[in-house]
Amino acid sequence: MRASCYLRPDGGLGVRNCVVVLPAVLCANEIARRIAGAVVGAVALPHAGGCTCGEDVARTERVMAALGSHPNVAGALVLGLGCENCDSEKVAQEIARRCPWKPLERMVIQEVGVSRVIREGTALVEKMVRKASECERSEVDLAGLTLALECGGSDATSGLAANPALGVAVDRLIDAGGSAMFSETTEAIGAAHLLARRAANDQVADRIVATIQRAQERMVPLLQPGEHFLTSGNMQGGLTTLEEKSLGCICKTGSSRITEVVQYGQKPQEKGLILVDGTGFDVPSMTGMVAAGAQIVAFTTGKGSPVGYPIAPVIKITGNPHTYERLGEIIDVNAATITQGISDIDVVGEQILQEVLAASSGKQTKAEAFGFSDFSISTVAGAYAGV
Amino acid sequence: MMKTIVAVKINPRDNVVTLVGDASPGDGVRYMTPEGDREITVLDKVPFGHKVAASDIKAGEQVIKYNEAIGRASQAIRKGEHVHVHNVASAVQGGAT
Repeated sequence: MRASCYLRPDGGLGVRNCVVVLPAVLCANEIARRIAGAVVGAVALPHAGGCTCGEDVARTERVMAALGSHPNVAGALVLGLGCENCDSEKVAQEIARRCPWKPLERMVIQEVGVSRVIREGTALVEKMVRKASECERSEVDLAGLTLALECGGSDATSGLAANPALGVAVDRLIDAGGSAMFSETTEAIGAAHLLARRAANDQVADRIVATIQRAQERMVPLLQPGEHFLTSGNMQGGLTTLEEKSLGCICKTGSSRITEVVQYGQKPQEKGLILVDGTGFDVPSMTGMVAAGAQIVAFTTGKGSPVGYPIAPVIKITGNPHTYERLGEIIDVNAATITQGISDIDVVGEQILQEVLAASSGKQTKAEAFGFSDFSISTVAGAYAGV
Repeated sequence: MMKTIVAVKINPRDNVVTLVGDASPGDGVRYMTPEGDREITVLDKVPFGHKVAASDIKAGEQVIKYNEAIGRASQAIRKGEHVHVHNVASAVQGGAT
């Protein structure tokens, strides 16, 4: 099994070849959008962080450096405002350290002026895009490819058809030398013991349990009275136990050993199946995995979610025949054939794997064709970040 | 009127299948396996998304879906019987609450 990708000088494998504008703080978002919007092939990564509590600032810096260094990215402009807590200079230095080959610029709005930053930033980005166009794809094996696994707008068909089929694709990808990442820690609550059993060693098992335990401790105080992890609606829908609900979510990980647990946006040392400690909310969850190194996303959706991602292709899979009929325009792989009894999990799993290889080799996903480019970085402080 | 409902057996090792339509007692439930299609008769009224036993399950035996235990049978369950909170106990939540 092979794909046609951009082999970067640092050994990274790119499936896309974009130039990014990285604002260091929310207040620089609009200027980042202006610059990227002026150049075809450039994309801005606007977010709500950069000036909150220490944990969030560290996370923003880690994610920005990781996305700037990402193998799908062929050039980066780091855009500071000047007074933010997020250290744009440190971010740029980290990108340069990891990818000395990559065209990289940094500008600070308060030092240069707004009109000049837009004008000169646009010129720099335009130059990076032209340089990026010289990169060529070549045939590679799958050892350097990491697939992020996500589900959103889930319904009863997700655990029945789309997620198990994705699990088959993941097993085959890992057998072929590739890697996969899953996140959504809050949706593994109740399944910690099942995941721990799949850990490659005791240390990984302990980290899995501790990570899910911490998510549970943070989440429980936020629940409304009467809210449970298994709701009456879940039970009416046919879910019998918490194990079953969590398994419906995590069965998209297949049956491989879990080799490592990493922080949100942290690059793993191991290959294989990786747990990234992240949110259950789809868009910031994708950021946690892409920043950790995933180049492509497989996204199962029962109800039909249109989201895309700025620097990585997102393949949509549904197990719901009605969703496929109504929203087929955003669905790349139809797993509803399983639900209808006209295909089986193995066959659709293979279709998903082939779609992953095709999209990795340059085929546009439906979300890309629409130009959907959703981005967010998960924060701990959230709405209380009033610095 | 008897009809046949499609169901999904997610893993060959599972002892339950999940229905993709509403079934009434006496209806057939058809599902695919690597060895070909199977059909069993459903014994209860079972709605869309709910589970039916694909084989007899003894009291105390694991109920397997996704090739994993989703709980234990709190009483004997016959092939074709509705499998849900009334006859399955969770290992982690002490009953489905």
